Amino acid sequence: MIVEIGHFALVLSLSVALVQSVLPMFGAMRGDQRLMETGTIAATGCFVLIAIAFSALMTSYVTSDFSVLNVFENSNSKQPLLYKFTSTWGNHEGSMLLWVLILAFFGALVALFGRDLPATLKANVLSVQAWILTAFLLFILLTSNPFQRLDPAPMEGQDLNPILQDIGLAIHPPMLYLGYVGFSIAFSFAIAALIDGRIDAAWARWVRPWTLIAWIFLTLGISMGSYWAYYELGWGGWWFWDPVENASFMPWLAGTALLHSALVMEKRSALKIWTILLAILTFSLSLLGTFLVRSGVLTSVHAFATDPTRGVFILAILCFFIGGALVLFAIRASALEGGGLFAPISREGALVFNNLFLTTAAATVLVGTLYPLLLEVLTGEKISVGAPFFDLTFGPIMVPLLFAVPFGPLLGWKRGDLLGAAQRLYFAACCALAALIGILAYTGGTRILTAFGFGLAFWLLAGSLTDLFSRAAFLKKGWRTGLARLLGLPRSAFGTTLAHFGLGVTLLGIVSVSSFQEEVITTMAPGNSAEIAGYTLTFDRIAQRPGPNFEAQAAHFSVRRGGVVMTEMDSAKRFFPVRQMTTTESGIWTHGFSQLYVSLGDPSADKQSIVVRIWWKPLVTLIWIGTVFMAVGGVFSLADRRLRVGAPMRGHRKAALAEA
Amino acid sequence: MTRKAKRLYLIGAMLVVVGGAAGLVLTALSSSVAYFQSPTDLVTNAPAPTQRIRLGGLVEEGTVKRDGSSHVTFSVTDTVDSVPVTYTGILPDLFREGQGVIAEGTLGPDRVFLADTVLAKHDETYMPKEVVDDLKARGLWEDGKGLVNKPEETVSASPVSGAGS
Repeated sequence: MIVEIGHFALVLSLSVALVQSVLPMFGAMRGDQRLMETGTIAATGCFVLIAIAFSALMTSYVTSDFSVLNVFENSNSKQPLLYKFTSTWGNHEGSMLLWVLILAFFGALVALFGRDLPATLKANVLSVQAWILTAFLLFILLTSNPFQRLDPAPMEGQDLNPILQDIGLAIHPPMLYLGYVGFSIAFSFAIAALIDGRIDAAWARWVRPWTLIAWIFLTLGISMGSYWAYYELGWGGWWFWDPVENASFMPWLAGTALLHSALVMEKRSALKIWTILLAILTFSLSLLGTFLVRSGVLTSVHAFATDPTRGVFILAILCFFIGGALVLFAIRASALEGGGLFAPISREGALVFNNLFLTTAAATVLVGTLYPLLLEVLTGEKISVGAPFFDLTFGPIMVPLLFAVPFGPLLGWKRGDLLGAAQRLYFAACCALAALIGILAYTGGTRILTAFGFGLAFWLLAGSLTDLFSRAAFLKKGWRTGLARLLGLPRSAFGTTLAHFGLGVTLLGIVSVSSFQEEVITTMAPGNSAEIAGYTLTFDRIAQRPGPNFEAQAAHFSVRRGGVVMTEMDSAKRFFPVRQMTTTESGIWTHGFSQLYVSLGDPSADKQSIVVRIWWKPLVTLIWIGTVFMAVGGVFSLADRRLRVGAPMRGHRKAALAEA
Repeated sequence: MTRKAKRLYLIGAMLVVVGGAAGLVLTALSSSVAYFQSPTDLVTNAPAPTQRIRLGGLVEEGTVKRDGSSHVTFSVTDTVDSVPVTYTGILPDLFREGQGVIAEGTLGPDRVFLADTVLAKHDETYMPKEVVDDLKARGLWEDGKGLVNKPEETVSASPVSGAGS
């Protein structure tokens, strides 16, 4: 019954979405206030209906209702409750339902919080949003119905893919989708502006918070996914340049560019056309990502099912939205007015530099991801493009960009003083030089690239703090006044600093792990020890440990340094009988920012010993900590926006409250 | 500076960056991509020792040998030819005899494949796509059936049904 309600709600939401696709935009054309207002109700309605559908599916998962095909295929009554919940989106149909749920969620947010938007813009945005929703609801209902029944109902389900039974997976997809799908708002705003034929600085002010929210979630989502792959796959790698990873990374690069160009548009009303194009491209890359992951053209852990009709359907959606948007852009963009002038050396110039490099980087990732697919279609030849390709292309493009990051915030709008900025960065330059020389000395001059990497990381770390430090004027005005001035700075300044600082933190982690990681692969029997990075790892014993829906073989290790026991750790293999699959539970000991990582291989023929792979990963956690800094920076920037821009209305209300 | 001069600067900068990136992409594509080859391809037409290869096929039954350390040798077969592979490290969780596998590395002068990466399928319903396509193209594989005239102990790619298949 619940399942049928869910299905019905989903069908109903499609009809509401159809209404929302037409009425508000028609109203905007006719200037009919009442028609325009239908958008708000429809958007809220869509969200509520899809939420009902999603809850219905989740209920069937939690109650292990195996009469639903989707539940039967991806769940098992013995799974822990948490993974019964997360199984809901650990499969193709469920994750598409989550996709539209989030799409409708953002639509409802615009409907409810966009009270201060001009009525026509809001109506158009909601209609465009509904077009996307309609397309994906059709996709779900026609090709990927999660509510398909199974008769007779089996007694037991087939279990969720064991490597997805992990807390990381509970959080990663919703986060990632909030990011991916969040960019749809920027897209809808861009299309609405093109349809309206009017665009101004206010447009950028409305779009930027939405883009920021999406960007924050995407940043955290990618980071979570990376950490999950790191500890769950047992390979000790944090980024594989897998096409699926690239699929999420491309919208991130474009979205980061969009954040920066929207800033120029908002402050100086320049780069309008470019920003519109970037908004379209960012969401197009999100759609492309959805296509790559969901269509089955790629084989990976994310490609749950391969059904050709689905691929064709998503490809059609992709072509319609990207093609349509670009055609509309080509027709209408020339009608938009150009913006303010600026010198090449200026804040605007720096942001253009940022955009140029970020979009080029996104383009190289795009080429590396799509080239093998195209080549196979055209010539039948199969190649794989992996880390070596991206090291050669993405790496060199990033270097000038990272070098330029500290300069950006120090340059003035319109006309900047490069020499003055450079002078203020002398402390950062000293830090970078010290790091560079330090590493050269430490490695005996053999690791020049590593030294430059560390230098660049410290340049970013110190350089991003320079702006705050010099604006607070600690040196000129003393600590007390300096601190007061620092706290008085706008939150967006903190946002910029934190995000750029986070970039430095991540870079430091990457450089450190890729240069100084140590690895030992050896066969160990209980009682044996291995040495790594000054630690002695002793294999104490191996034990069988039953889990709810698996059997674990856990190896117990103790870690000593100079004879003193530092910690004890378990590394395990889990065997899931339902799927006949084994997964690795790596043993990880975090010490400071570094980690000792142990994963188990196969037992030897006589079962007396086992292959053990041990890594020492210096400063590895900085890679993910840096992304948290970036996200927090985004939150600061968002907070600033709301206070300053959040429409005069709210400002008045606040003032009234303060007086009362 | 006039508006025109500025625009020229901008276009010039764009050309330099995009052109540089295109150059990088082209060099990287010619030097650092790995080509998928079947054991038959390797046996009939040995590539240069520097060329990275993705060798795909099935792990031949009875060939997996561990020498007591982390060093493993096994053969990859497409039921026509087979190529010996050596690998040092931990094999993926789903590495099994008779199952699909992709080994990435180079072919040594002694015709032994030196793998630095070994990938197995992600779950029991999935064979590496490249391997299936290759076997299918040569009539050794049929959808839904798996290997044609395969040794009986190899596992087909049909989905697992129920518990403990």
